[in-house]
Amino acid sequence: MLVVKEYEAMIEAYGKAGGNLDALRSNEVGNLVIHKNKVLSVQEVDGIRVETKETESGVSIYFLVEEGARIKYPVHLCFGVLPKEGLQEIMLRVEAQDNSEVNVIAHCIFPNAVDVIHKMDADIKIGDNAKFSYHETHYHGESGGVKVIPKAKIEVGRKGVWESTFSLIQGRVGVLDYDFEIFGDEKSINELMVKVFGKEEDDISIVEKIHLNGQGARGLAKSRLVLNDNAKAMVRGETYGNAPFARGHVDCLEIVNGDGVIARAIPLVYVNDKQAKVTHEAAIGSIDKKQMQTLMARGLNEEEAVDVIVKGILR
Amino acid sequence: MLQIKHLKLTLNGNPLINELNLEVKEGKIHGLLGVNGAGKTSLANLIMGTSYPDEGSIIFEGRDITRFTISQRAKMGITLAWQEPARFEGLIIREYLSLDRNLSLSEAEKYLWTVGLPPGEYLNRAVDGSLSGGERKRVELASVLAMKPKVAILDEPDSGIDVVSLPHIMNGIVEMGKRGSAVLLITHNEEAVSVSEEVSIICAGKIINSGPPQEMCHWFRNNCQTCPHIGEPNYKGV
Repeated sequence: MLVVKEYEAMIEAYGKAGGNLDALRSNEVGNLVIHKNKVLSVQEVDGIRVETKETESGVSIYFLVEEGARIKYPVHLCFGVLPKEGLQEIMLRVEAQDNSEVNVIAHCIFPNAVDVIHKMDADIKIGDNAKFSYHETHYHGESGGVKVIPKAKIEVGRKGVWESTFSLIQGRVGVLDYDFEIFGDEKSINELMVKVFGKEEDDISIVEKIHLNGQGARGLAKSRLVLNDNAKAMVRGETYGNAPFARGHVDCLEIVNGDGVIARAIPLVYVNDKQAKVTHEAAIGSIDKKQMQTLMARGLNEEEAVDVIVKGILR
Repeated sequence: MLQIKHLKLTLNGNPLINELNLEVKEGKIHGLLGVNGAGKTSLANLIMGTSYPDEGSIIFEGRDITRFTISQRAKMGITLAWQEPARFEGLIIREYLSLDRNLSLSEAEKYLWTVGLPPGEYLNRAVDGSLSGGERKRVELASVLAMKPKVAILDEPDSGIDVVSLPHIMNGIVEMGKRGSAVLLITHNEEAVSVSEEVSIICAGKIINSGPPQEMCHWFRNNCQTCPHIGEPNYKGV
């Protein structure tokens, strides 16, 4: 009975956060719902196997996409802590076997957090010619009492594709310590994207590392941050071109929109093969004056113009 | 409708706009011809309110708007399409045309067609670096059309674009006039001002001649384009 209530509460929060409720209710859509250390729902679909084990502080998950499986609908993951306090540690092991393809949409929900820690440690293997898209969206309350620590090591096989988005733009960030590292094999595509809207005293650390180890591997480490009030951010985007014809790019944009903001960016590009090429661009500054003037010349006031620009950057 | 009176603007002691007088009449396309450095963009910025004059006044519909902000002027019906339009990451064309105006889909499509951009291909594209210079200028013109301004200042809409875009840009300008907007068409290309009802020539920050397009283009060719002072710093004009 208690589990049913927890599930209903999670589903309600998921819906309020903009999650697709129909997808969670459909038998054709894979899903996994976890509240704190309780697995509330697991639905496998053809080609997907999910094993879970509840631990004292979270859940260990083994997520398998079987060889050659092309999963028709996105798989939905929903993780969260609904009370004001709590710890959730997700140990995630992912194996996407050769020639498989899946799109995973994850929602992480902490609407009432005052003192909540959410950790994810992921060990991910993407097989040869497999494609894995992972899009994680966070929904936080306004207290800033969340500490989010997502760490992932991702190995991408020959001609494999990894593309991920981490988005935290609703509510206060709290503390974010994001650290994703990819190792891309021959002709693999490796893309990391982070979008964060920091406010008040939010403290943000982002590390994106891409090792282009195989010939012709491609990588993009992209980040978009908007910082208001006294928010602090440090972004490290690192790309290593270790093989012939590897191509990588680091792209960091931080918009400073508050008097107390501290924004830092450290792009690192490293090449140890004469036929590899890695580039970077990092920009930190206030909102572009020309963009502001253009929108104001179309009738928006200053606040509305900022809103339009920020929404676009974080989209 | 829009009157510029005795406008002056100096930068480091050098006059950019110098005792400039100009009138843009309701619903008319007014061409402003001038060589590079004549003060065209400085004037556009003063009218839009991105900078303020040292002296003189800007009168719009009888009100002195010389110290009004950009937003205030825009809300009164003045807008500006910059020579190098800004690009916006993540903002799609349909949103850019609408902004806070609740523009219907059919209206957005209509404005894109006017500037020769098929809506099916462009409505959901971002107003970012993926657009070519010509496409971006056409989108800018469509956004001005969507605003239905009383006065549109178009700063060199015909410069830096491909040959395919030019007729669509000109069509957009003519359409703007037909819809009742007054247009101040700023350019250094005398062919572009052929769509105007009246043309003024600007040199060293002041209007030195005004009249019908054909006559002014002829005058511009014979005087300004062959002027030995083109590009000369601090040239005080004729």
